[in-house]
Amino acid sequence: MDLLNVMLEIEGMTSGITAGLGAGMAAVGAGIGIGKVGGSAVEAMARQPEMANDIRTNMILIAALVEGAALFAIIVCLLAVLG
Amino acid sequence: MTSKINPLISFTGKFVLLTITVVFAFSFSGICSEQDLHKKSAAHSNGNTTQKVAHAAAGPAKKQWKPGEFIMHHVADGHQMEWCGFQIPLPVMLWTEEGFKCFSSSNFYQEKNQKHVHGMEGHAFSMGDDYIMINEVIYYLKENGGIHGIQEMVKKAEEADVLLAEITKLEKQKKKAESEDEKLSLDNEIASISAEEKLLREASVIAAPFDISITKNVWGLLLVLALMVFIFVRIANRYKTREGQAPKGIQNLFEPLILFVRDDIAIPSIGAAKAEKFTPFLLSVFFFIWFANLVGLIPFLVGFNIAGTMSITLVLAVVVFIITTINGNKTYWGHMLAVPGVPKWVLILLTPIEILQMFIKPTVLMIRLTANITAGHIIILAFVSLIFLFGAGSEGAYWGVGAGSAIFMIFMYLIEFLVAFLQAYVFTLLAAIYFGAAVEEAHH
Repeated sequence: MDLLNVMLEIEGMTSGITAGLGAGMAAVGAGIGIGKVGGSAVEAMARQPEMANDIRTNMILIAALVEGAALFAIIVCLLAVLG
Repeated sequence: MTSKINPLISFTGKFVLLTITVVFAFSFSGICSEQDLHKKSAAHSNGNTTQKVAHAAAGPAKKQWKPGEFIMHHVADGHQMEWCGFQIPLPVMLWTEEGFKCFSSSNFYQEKNQKHVHGMEGHAFSMGDDYIMINEVIYYLKENGGIHGIQEMVKKAEEADVLLAEITKLEKQKKKAESEDEKLSLDNEIASISAEEKLLREASVIAAPFDISITKNVWGLLLVLALMVFIFVRIANRYKTREGQAPKGIQNLFEPLILFVRDDIAIPSIGAAKAEKFTPFLLSVFFFIWFANLVGLIPFLVGFNIAGTMSITLVLAVVVFIITTINGNKTYWGHMLAVPGVPKWVLILLTPIEILQMFIKPTVLMIRLTANITAGHIIILAFVSLIFLFGAGSEGAYWGVGAGSAIFMIFMYLIEFLVAFLQAYVFTLLAAIYFGAAVEEAHH
């Protein structure tokens, strides 16, 4: 319990490090998510080339939504640094 | 015929690429002079060119480039605009206790008015005795007891924070307390400290007039509004005069986009019967966000960050929320409060989540748009900052890092064009989906 308190105090003092860590993890999350979407999309386009346009549109849409989730984390980290 | 067209296309493509490269090469000079402006040195206010050049060259050696301040200054709102290196002061309109006051913000942004307020970060400019602008927020000066008074208030706020931390610690102790006496004594302590903290907080509120001035964002909004009105009124008139004819000119340019929003966003999400009611709003939102993003991307034009401001996207999200709630029919509320097809015991868990979703969805819309646009601007500004951070070493480093940074900046700019359109599309699509869910007929 005391160790946790000490660690929390340190985290409170070095908001820059934790914000940087959070932003990095957000980037990793975005990379994984969009990578999965892109991979499935490319695979689907290879299997059925005539659907390529539809698949590409949906891929870009889903990538934007996943990116949105990663950017929530960025906003929170920004607030942690500035606030 | 094809052999004649192909060289023409490649020539146009090369021309466009050359224009973009030249614009960014010139943007270095604009940014160099901007670094000068941001230093707000005596050399700048003198306007002496030789002094300016000497200061710019010797600048990085004397003062550390602060990328955080540079980026935040550009992404946040402000009372002046920067056009191709010139600072244009905007009107400040305040609703004070003495009524409506309107003056130019150049009253603030002067060398002699620069003050320093301990405890509050950012630039502070005063105007006579009446107002002080700290970090682009305007407060009263005389009524708060001058700068000294404001610093006192900041200190009181800090003390109140310290007391708050103590209260939380005491409350944690109270939870661990075993005997009733200990709990009572802790209670008394907490009560007294809370009273003190409340007094301190009330004393630390810095009085400010109601600020309805035309800031950079307001100007950007008016610009986008003017652009939209100009374009779409023209198109509407063209449709009237060219009844039955093929579209031409600007009407031809926007017709595929308008039909795209109607046929690919509104009708599939809402259904052909009811899409008519919501299509005007969806079109407005789509083109507003898209134009706002594009205006923010034009190189020497001020650098607006319109859709990246929480206040503007909040309004858009609230409007979407209001429209969804007003148009919700019985099926919508039924589906939210009692999702069909699940066993009863799951409903206890599901209904609060569904009600929260009603508020979370517009909030998510807001954050997604703000974050995407702001992040794009921050990345481009970060590349610019890289030049100045590394260039502090030598002159050669400026050009070397500058060349590399310029290429990355162009790449990011192209991505930003895509993001500008994509975010408008995503916002409109999700709004259409929420509207569709609100007016959906029950289908069994």
